[in-house]
Amino acid sequence: MPRIPSSFRRPLWILLLLGALSFALYAVFARVHYAWNWQRAWQYREQFVQGWLLTLGLSLAAMALSVLVGFALMLGRRARAEPLRLLCTGTVELLRGSPLLVQLLVGYYILATAVEIHSPLLVGIVLLACFEGAYLAEIFRGAIESISASQMEAARAVGFDRWQTYRFVVLPQAVRRALPGTTGQLVSLIKDSSLLSVIGVEELVQKVRILNSGSYTSLEGYLPLAAAYLVVTLPLSWYARRLERRFAYET
Amino acid sequence: MKLEGHRLTKSYGAFRALDAASFSTGDEARVVALLGPSGGGKSTLLRVLGGLLLPESGEVRLDGEALPHEPAAALATLRCNGFVFQGYNLFAHLSLQENIALPLREVHGLAVVEAEARACELLERLGLVDHRHKRPAELSGGQQQRGAIARALAPRPRLLLLDEPTSALDPVMTGEVLDVVRELAEQGQQIVLATHEISFARRVADWVVFLAGGRVLESCEAPAFFQAPATAAAREYLGGLSKYR
Ligand SMILES: Nc1ncnc2c1ncn2[C@@H]1O[C@H](COP(=O)(O)OP(=O)(O)O)[C@@H](O)[C@H]1O
Ligand SMILES: [Mg+2]
Repeated sequence: MPRIPSSFRRPLWILLLLGALSFALYAVFARVHYAWNWQRAWQYREQFVQGWLLTLGLSLAAMALSVLVGFALMLGRRARAEPLRLLCTGTVELLRGSPLLVQLLVGYYILATAVEIHSPLLVGIVLLACFEGAYLAEIFRGAIESISASQMEAARAVGFDRWQTYRFVVLPQAVRRALPGTTGQLVSLIKDSSLLSVIGVEELVQKVRILNSGSYTSLEGYLPLAAAYLVVTLPLSWYARRLERRFAYET
Repeated sequence: MKLEGHRLTKSYGAFRALDAASFSTGDEARVVALLGPSGGGKSTLLRVLGGLLLPESGEVRLDGEALPHEPAAALATLRCNGFVFQGYNLFAHLSLQENIALPLREVHGLAVVEAEARACELLERLGLVDHRHKRPAELSGGQQQRGAIARALAPRPRLLLLDEPTSALDPVMTGEVLDVVRELAEQGQQIVLATHEISFARRVADWVVFLAGGRVLESCEAPAFFQAPATAAAREYLGGLSKYR
């Protein structure tokens, strides 16, 4: 048997696995006699793209906000003032420990109503950003606390003051360490954004639900739905893994 | 230089690492060696002498002038000194050259071009110029320590403080680093050195401060200390170190 060059081996394996997966799917569908109806689904393509764009847009907004929230909560958890520390620790634990679904329902129907904000999109983005921000706060905190005492001492020894130590040593090192985890968290954020449908945001999942009920289809909506998420999340995950490898080399 | 410590006390929690430590070197000391058993307080004393740690009480005097305790003035004093520790001195995310140039720019106010030129000059002198674009992780332990010495020397420090700079190195790399320190001493750099390398200390030091249990037990000229240590603790320490050499 001729030797296959190693650069070809991986794509070959991937092709082989994809082939096996397709065959398995085909076999499953053949057994349940699923009646495909792609024409009906195709009629809803514009709605689908609209939902997808909204999902992307609101995810982007929530990402930017969640990084700010995460940074603020991390600073709060490391603050000198004890009440602030307790407040931020409690907030992080509450946000991480309870389901996003409950946070959205309580946040939208009770809190937002109480302060008379009625835009589900705005409230949804803020709540999603808080939820993911709580996870980011822990990722950031871990990154900062992983910076060794010897690096801190070296910073002081070359004459850096507190601010210079943060700017030239702590932040650059912490950002490198936090990047892989942060990217992974952003992948979760995109998927979690689907829950915003419960407060009436017509993002991608909600659009597909409407499509399915209107055209009596289901898989014709859900399969493209999964694909639409994967198109965004797979490159992000791939990027996170690359960062992780680069970081492993740098330390 | 004349270096003095007067009743220096420094605690970590309830533990007194320095317990009213007092000593005074001769007026013309150039290389002061801090010797003594592990846990005796050498590292703590070295940091206090260099202004990196503030003692809870007591005073350090350099050529008759007391080191300030007030934060801004203490930072200014600290910036006149250069430090090298056991290991992990260099910033892990920066190249060797940037490790040296960054403090020159940000702390000592050099322009970008000047800082780079000064960094290259020192790396040349320490035989590291070919490695200037590497990060610390890509260098050997000996190269890292020489790089750390280069960084400490770059702003022309009044005092170079070295805390067991070779204790994490194998014998070959140790020789490499000690050669550099000896050359610096011969060129007249003022040095405070904490070390267990007794034969090296005997060769370069002109003053010895021997401490154990957070107290200075002996402070005298180096030849006198090595020929006839006055305390039993020092005799035992020297005896223990020369056992297998
Ligand atoms: N950061 C610290 N926290 C708590 N204890 C410390 C710390 N640094 C040093 N010590 C203790 O102080 C004593 C003196 O330490 P050190 O100055 O490092 O001595 P040496 O350098 O002579 O080995 C030791 O008993 C050590 O355990
Ligand atoms: Mg020590």
